[in-house]
Amino acid sequence: MGSIVNTQQIINGLQVGSIYALIALGYTMVYGIVRLINFAHGDFFMLGAYAAYAAFYLFNTWFAKGSGILAFIVLLASMAAGGGVALLSNRFAYKPLRYKPKLSSLITAIGVSMFLEYFFSALPAIGPSFRAFPTVLPKRQIPIGQATISNYVVIDLAVAAILMIGLTLLVKKSSLGKAMRAVSQDKDAARLMGIDVEKVIGWTFLIGGAFAGAAGLLSGMTYPRIFPYMGIQPGLKAFIAAVLGGIGNIPGAVLGAYIMGLAETFASAYNSLLGEGIAFAILIVVLLVRPRGILGEKIADKI
Amino acid sequence: MRPYAFVAALLVFVALSAGAQEIKIGGIGPVTGEAATFGVSTKNGMTLAVEEWNAKGGVLGKKIKLVFADDKGDPAEGATVYTKLIQQDKVVALVGTVMSKVTLAGAPIAQAAKVPMISPTSTNEKVTQVGDYIFRACFIDPFQGTVGAKFAYNDLKARTAACIFDVGNDYTKGLSENFQKAFLALGGKVVAYEAHPTGTTDFKAQLTKIIQAKPDVIYCSDYYNDDALIATQARELGYTGPFVGGDGWDSADLVKIGGAAVENCFFTNHYAPDATTPAVLTFVKNYKARFKTSDAPDALAALGYDAMYIMLDAIKRAGKADGVKIKEALAKTDLAVVSGQVKFDANRNPIKAAAIIEIKGGKQVYRTTVNP
Amino acid sequence: MKHFRTPKLSLYALAFYALIMALSLTGLINGYIQHIINQSLIYVILAVSLNLINGITGQFSLGHMGFAAVGAYVSGAITTLVFKVSPEAGFAGYAVFVGGIVAGGLAAALVGVLIGFPSLRLKGDYLAIVTLGFGEIIKTVLNNIPAVGGPRGLLGIPKFSNFSFIFAAAFLTLVVIRNLVESSHGRALVSIRENELAAELAGVDTTRYKVLAFAVGAFFAGIAGGLFGHLLQIAHPTQYGFMGSVLVLIMVYTGGVGSLTGSVIAAFALTFMSEGLRIVIDSLAEATSLPIGGEWRMVIYALLLVFIMLFRTEGLMGTKEARFLVIGDPAKEGTR
Repeated sequence: MGSIVNTQQIINGLQVGSIYALIALGYTMVYGIVRLINFAHGDFFMLGAYAAYAAFYLFNTWFAKGSGILAFIVLLASMAAGGGVALLSNRFAYKPLRYKPKLSSLITAIGVSMFLEYFFSALPAIGPSFRAFPTVLPKRQIPIGQATISNYVVIDLAVAAILMIGLTLLVKKSSLGKAMRAVSQDKDAARLMGIDVEKVIGWTFLIGGAFAGAAGLLSGMTYPRIFPYMGIQPGLKAFIAAVLGGIGNIPGAVLGAYIMGLAETFASAYNSLLGEGIAFAILIVVLLVRPRGILGEKIADKI
Repeated sequence: MRPYAFVAALLVFVALSAGAQEIKIGGIGPVTGEAATFGVSTKNGMTLAVEEWNAKGGVLGKKIKLVFADDKGDPAEGATVYTKLIQQDKVVALVGTVMSKVTLAGAPIAQAAKVPMISPTSTNEKVTQVGDYIFRACFIDPFQGTVGAKFAYNDLKARTAACIFDVGNDYTKGLSENFQKAFLALGGKVVAYEAHPTGTTDFKAQLTKIIQAKPDVIYCSDYYNDDALIATQARELGYTGPFVGGDGWDSADLVKIGGAAVENCFFTNHYAPDATTPAVLTFVKNYKARFKTSDAPDALAALGYDAMYIMLDAIKRAGKADGVKIKEALAKTDLAVVSGQVKFDANRNPIKAAAIIEIKGGKQVYRTTVNP
Repeated sequence: MKHFRTPKLSLYALAFYALIMALSLTGLINGYIQHIINQSLIYVILAVSLNLINGITGQFSLGHMGFAAVGAYVSGAITTLVFKVSPEAGFAGYAVFVGGIVAGGLAAALVGVLIGFPSLRLKGDYLAIVTLGFGEIIKTVLNNIPAVGGPRGLLGIPKFSNFSFIFAAAFLTLVVIRNLVESSHGRALVSIRENELAAELAGVDTTRYKVLAFAVGAFFAGIAGGLFGHLLQIAHPTQYGFMGSVLVLIMVYTGGVGSLTGSVIAAFALTFMSEGLRIVIDSLAEATSLPIGGEWRMVIYALLLVFIMLFRTEGLMGTKEARFLVIGDPAKEGTR
């Protein structure tokens, strides 16, 4: 078993999990409050990566490469792009369908996702080809005994942890968070209590999209290759992680993401030909044992 | 009813497009979807070849019109566009498509309609076995794997090897399978044989396992986008040995993404961009000018260009835009193109040697030529 | 016998069949349009059968193409690998083909039952994940069976599927599922969608009915997969992945949840829209000499999809059925 479960593989699994966690955090927030499977979330992630790419080459003549200031500007650009487009797609594609059957907005979400992917792929300035992502921060390898860990893993882990705590505090403590929880429980009752439901949902999309954008930047740094279809797989994995953790449960999404990352890594190490299938089988078993997700609460059915 | 409106639109279009004084060649490739970058390169290659021929007066005294259709990298879509180009646009010949699985859905349609076709890049052996109208411009799976194994064993003196490939992609799996077979036959040992899922960006689970097995060489048969990440991650995990791969490595983006990690990497290719044959020089120069890029074209662009050249040359020699004549002329092809002097064997596969390219100082450098 | 009376539907179907055959024989529609019609009809089978699971019964399956994959591979293996028949073999060949398609459907139904069982415990998006996972597992399994080609796909499948076969299969699918929906079993399925707990309290064996919906839906998806394989002459794991399932899902919801008529219309409309846009783009490029090509087709497709849902939020048909699809009193139309 030493070749399958060892320090290096655990680190590998944590790295995969952190990227999933970063995307899943924004995902689960929108998902928990609007109950929309936002297929386009992975594409906000992609936009964040492209915005970071553009910002880097726009500003790298003014600031030193590898400097904190440049990294901060790049981060802002990626969050602005992700959040901005999320807000726009909410306004034009999801809001008009708010009180319609929720599956109608599922289809517009698929439509928005396809539009973003194909549009960026068709635009001559961007095109479908892979782009090398710049080294925003210098990369270092830190040896731990037999294993080695990259400083990016540490950054990804730290950012995921900070965002998770911040988001939980926001939802649990702030008045916006209180409004968010109210909207997620009952939109009509929330409105009667004087909550501007659309404003709250707008904020939710903005924050969720910005998180996706930031995840795009971190993913671009960790795996330095971006292309217009890069959001499909991570978006799907984030959806799975969010559901696995329990819909709308923020620590659950992070936990779900790490379980997926570790499951994929160990499954691939055990038998790489069947790896993906084993990982999905693990997920199914987990859901059969915990049908409402790992941290999901049992809610009584309404009759 | 929507469908009838479309049918009506289609009929009008047929009426309008009939009777032009041009020769229509169908081009197929995935220009949308996850394989789009490969499709666009191939399409650019085809377009450039057609424009060069048209500048010289076309073929058989007529202008050439490239009717290009997108297959999205999907066999179902592929079958539809092959049918469209043959039945609707009435093309005289087909150049396409990129992915073997799609070509295999289209080839029976071309064969049944007796429209000669040449696939620029479909490496699956079965493609040309569909029938005598089906040709290809690229290597087949067993060839590159075997050449890679010979190079690793004889030139790099490797005795143990590991393979890594995409489990859902027939090209990369085929190369690794054949590398393994040939490397074992030479007396080497394959110490790890690992697959990764399609579309993943993290290969460390597999690479950790590979590196624990301590191979002399890693055979990595993916496309350049994955190759660059695999090399980077392997270096991070402490692997310093060489990588060997197939023509999927060929792209200017390999070094851009992989940086120093892709040094000490070798791959089999159709041509070397630093080669000095006139065909290569003209192609690289014209490609850069036409598509306003400073990067050398990748292997897919070269093969798209070559496939179109081979097809147009055959039409010229056939003397008539007729399926049977073109097919016969294709079989007798003996033409110097970018990827070398091309002749077809009895199975309509090109006979050509493979160049081994080395990445040195961030540049692709010709290392040696290996004959099959 | 009431449920097997289908005079109007049969009449319309026969008229459609005769029209297409006549147009095809006189050369008014060429092989290309015929191919699109064939493909649309296969999507009709897929969309109608998914509608039974997602629309009528209110479950959420994201892995419908997984069932189609089972059908395609099982039937393809029977005709290509076991019996090695081709259309030239005449009646015997076609008998094997039909047998293979049915066997493919049954195998898919079996898998459907297997997936139906987890659905007993899971609801909504949790179920969606499990079906999605099953779809991916099927893909992984197919990639690892060398006998059916692994990632190369199952090649050299004989071309048995033609308009007549596909049309007959689509017609039968529609009749069977329509009859099921209109029967007392169908009421039970709808009651699960409307309120599962209430249905259970009212004495509906929800377990049995959910498995029934999955089994029947999977059976027809398997049939569609088999026909697809014998039309394209190749079955490939990637054809039946997540994106394929999403396309069928789009058809169900743009057509209208729970409306079989809507699924039929959407299957045709979206398939023709996707192909029609090729011609629109090409003509546009020709007329304006702009450097636009095939890469813009899917951009417009995606936009149209969003617009359809914005302007027909309940889908093209809502929950309504065309009159000839309703058995008995036409006044019942739209009351479900």
